[in-house]
Amino acid sequence: MKGKKDAVHKKQMFQDIRRHKALYIMVIPGVIYFIIFKYIPLLGNIIAFQDYDIFDGFWASKFVGLKHFKILFQYRDFQRILGNTLIISFYDLIFGFTAPLILALLINEIGNGVFKKVVQQVVYLPHFLSWTIMGGIVITQLLSPSQGLINLLLQKLGYEPIYFMIQPQYARAIVVLSGIWRDTGYGTVVYLAAMTAVSPSLYEAAALDGAGKFKQLLYITLPSIVPIVITLFLIRIGHFMDFGFERIWVFSNASTTPVLETFDTYIYKAGILEGRFSYTTAIGVFKSIVGFIFLFFGNKLSRKFTGEGLY
Amino acid sequence: MKIKVSTGRKVYIVVSSLFLAGLCIVMMMPLVKVVAESFSERTYIENNQVLFWPKGFNLDAYKSIFSNPRITIAFKNSVFITVVGTLVNLFMTALLAYPLSRPEFRFRKPLLLMVTITMIFSAPMIPSYLLIKGLGLDNTLWAVIIPGAISGYNFHIMRSFFIGIPSELIDSARIDGCSEMGILFRIVIPLSKAVMATLTLFYGVSHWNSLQQPLIYLRDAKKHTLQIILYKILQDDVVDMLGTAGVTISPITIKMATIVVATVPILIVYPFLQKHFAKGATLGSVKE
Repeated sequence: MKGKKDAVHKKQMFQDIRRHKALYIMVIPGVIYFIIFKYIPLLGNIIAFQDYDIFDGFWASKFVGLKHFKILFQYRDFQRILGNTLIISFYDLIFGFTAPLILALLINEIGNGVFKKVVQQVVYLPHFLSWTIMGGIVITQLLSPSQGLINLLLQKLGYEPIYFMIQPQYARAIVVLSGIWRDTGYGTVVYLAAMTAVSPSLYEAAALDGAGKFKQLLYITLPSIVPIVITLFLIRIGHFMDFGFERIWVFSNASTTPVLETFDTYIYKAGILEGRFSYTTAIGVFKSIVGFIFLFFGNKLSRKFTGEGLY
Repeated sequence: MKIKVSTGRKVYIVVSSLFLAGLCIVMMMPLVKVVAESFSERTYIENNQVLFWPKGFNLDAYKSIFSNPRITIAFKNSVFITVVGTLVNLFMTALLAYPLSRPEFRFRKPLLLMVTITMIFSAPMIPSYLLIKGLGLDNTLWAVIIPGAISGYNFHIMRSFFIGIPSELIDSARIDGCSEMGILFRIVIPLSKAVMATLTLFYGVSHWNSLQQPLIYLRDAKKHTLQIILYKILQDDVVDMLGTAGVTISPITIKMATIVVATVPILIVYPFLQKHFAKGATLGSVKE
């Protein structure tokens, strides 16, 4: 009886697929694309366990087990890069994540007039400029010892100009602050949308009950955006280890590289420019495993405390 | 009591408005200085006399940029990658997003999973490089177009928009004998202008601004993009880049003019697409 039901079900399914055959043909290019350009490289991570040789290729290269992972942890380079990535990502998470929230709360309060529109236009704009451009502007127009605005201001106030780009102690702050300049405005888009979705009657009721502006903010505005805040936070945690390549690369020079070099820039330099393929792939594998652990536990914690998760 | 609350509120609004106005001015100052310096004369720049308005106005830097073959080739390459790349992106994304937005398509779940996994585990740099080299795409402009044909994030934005298109509309087109491709191009996409505009912006800007992929794949000088040239110019190779560091043009002016040239295309599309992207960005963050 059950077998018969299954057979009928199967037959229906095939008929259904045949009826919408074109839909199934349409997905083929996309599926092929994902297999070739996303899944084959993921499988290609196997070369982390080989001594990959470009002339032998993937199939003929010798397997060496965990050799590259063992070397990895002994390299001073690796420890430095891991440290840099964790520190810069941590600062970026703390400041880069809270800044849009604060800016959104400010923008949300100033009504819906022309002023708000202008503010939004201006603060969104830097997000659409490339890191090359942002790096160029920051280095030449803000930090340059002779003509940078920050140094001109310092000189006006009677201080000596600072050579920011050749002093490593400023480098990480420069990278984090440039990111805030570029992305804070754009980061408010999602929060503002969530805030405008709050029913005005809630605020009216709260005002009638004598709740001031600050209490309204604390008890109505903030709770209404908690789910979106958590989702965005988890996405960032999940990408904790992939701190952008370009953002680091444009600020890297002989003096800043020791404190700025992160996974992606190192993999590019040692892997693509120097040809150490297996070693750098091992670094990539390590990076994505740690990244996944961040995502996994972030999600677990969030489910436990707020009932909200990414998946 | 009531008056007290409303004055507090007024103060709050005035203070935050002032803060935001100040913020906007501070954010724009460096950008205005870039433009001012790109039009200024060497002596004024070297004496630090140029702030937010050009001094000794001239177009020499722009003339020398546009007469430099390396920069014009890079400009053409960037335009090609942006235009063709964005068209490939939109076509490939729509082709996958449309079937996956229809309830009658049975393999939605596994295919969505296939896309989402790649958003968590992005393709690793070295194996991708070896693959693209193996496919013979290395040092061709296609190396930065094809491997990024569908972005998982943009796919989800497009798909969630397509889901909102009523099934009745699509079914009646089918009854009228319209093919699925016809439905996609004549019904679904025209009804999704807002999301198409948003994704044109997202894809287009990311092609135009990309530095990492061109650095990896386009090492041949004839294949350089504007961002690579700009990066090299900013790293102080300006003299040997141009070979003609003129007496009247300061290297700073050349740098600033190149920044302007690389920024203007973005500024041109920005107002047109700005009204759409808020919608797109919000859609993208909605959970499945």
